[in-house]
Amino acid sequence: MADRSLVQIAFYAALVAVLGLVPAIYLPWTGPVPITAQTLGIMLAGIMLGPVRGALAVLLFLFVVALGAPFLSGGRGGFAWFYSTSGGFLIGFPFGAFAAGLVMRATRELSVLVSAAMAAAIGGILVIYAFGVPGMAFWGNMSLAKAATIAGGFIPGDVIKVCLAALIAQTIARGLPSALVSRN
Amino acid sequence: MISVYLQGDSWAHQVPAGLKLLAVALASLALFQVTSLWVYLICLCVVLLCYASLGRAGLAQLKLLRALSFFLVLLALMHWYSDTLHDGALAIVRLLTMVLAANFVSVTTRMDDMMAAVQPLFRPLALVGLSPRKAALGVTLVLRFAPHMLVVYGMLREAWRARTGSRNSWRLLAPFAIQSLRMSDNVAEALKARGGADGLSA
Repeated sequence: MADRSLVQIAFYAALVAVLGLVPAIYLPWTGPVPITAQTLGIMLAGIMLGPVRGALAVLLFLFVVALGAPFLSGGRGGFAWFYSTSGGFLIGFPFGAFAAGLVMRATRELSVLVSAAMAAAIGGILVIYAFGVPGMAFWGNMSLAKAATIAGGFIPGDVIKVCLAALIAQTIARGLPSALVSRN
Repeated sequence: MISVYLQGDSWAHQVPAGLKLLAVALASLALFQVTSLWVYLICLCVVLLCYASLGRAGLAQLKLLRALSFFLVLLALMHWYSDTLHDGALAIVRLLTMVLAANFVSVTTRMDDMMAAVQPLFRPLALVGLSPRKAALGVTLVLRFAPHMLVVYGMLREAWRARTGSRNSWRLLAPFAIQSLRMSDNVAEALKARGGADGLSA
């Protein structure tokens, strides 16, 4: 692994961390469900770095969190959170980034905006929930359907993040094309 | 260093990090064989006593429950609605026990010690030709990048405020990403100029 890759991986791991420090926002049409910026970072890691490096960046982020850095949304840190209802989502994060990177690569001919939106939706929502919902059912001692109902409340916020991720990816692709490693 | 670690020299601080991690791992495996609410409640009390043994600062660490409360309320409502209160109580007490027990290890272990305790896990990387030290360098880079990114964002936000009067905007995200990406390019070049990540082991 080249040094540049290591720095890129660390960069996106730090980006996911910093986005976790952004305070949760509450929007009128999403009810009492907090919207945090953390998964925006997961989407961007996959979109910008491609599957392998994107997933490694997220793994590095989770590792730093597990060591005790308070980088999870809401200022949480330590490996304790892998034992909570959101533990499944955390495990899904690297897979989500990997899937986003794969989609980015598979849709090479499409414009960055469209391609990144698809990557963010599939990797950042579909794949992460595929891990998160069973995790929630397991820790919450409830059926998958109920866990899905609770998790569903977070989807509107995630759709906003998909749009943001696509816009940011497009802007970076214009302003600093070399940073779109997934397509180089 | 930014961490959930609590400075101190209690009995729990003196237990080796590896031992604490092993204890929590074994406890989590054992607790899943149990379905009795009473056993969980006793375990929870033991964990709470551990926090209490650290004194007032230890008990203050229980503030992490605030971050959990949203989900616990949701969980309780869900189980109340579907008339499975016993399952709900079990889930909540189990969750509290495990989160608090694992967090106790984080609170009483310095990040360096934690890193040293898990370092052997990276040894297999050497088999595929990767230096295990790269993981450590990666962690260091993340811990340095994160505060730097906050500085970059802070400067952009001040400029934005001076020009528009409004405080914050999603429009800052793109210039923030580009500016901080440039910074990471510089770091990559600086690292290369100094012999790269492998140069560290020399």
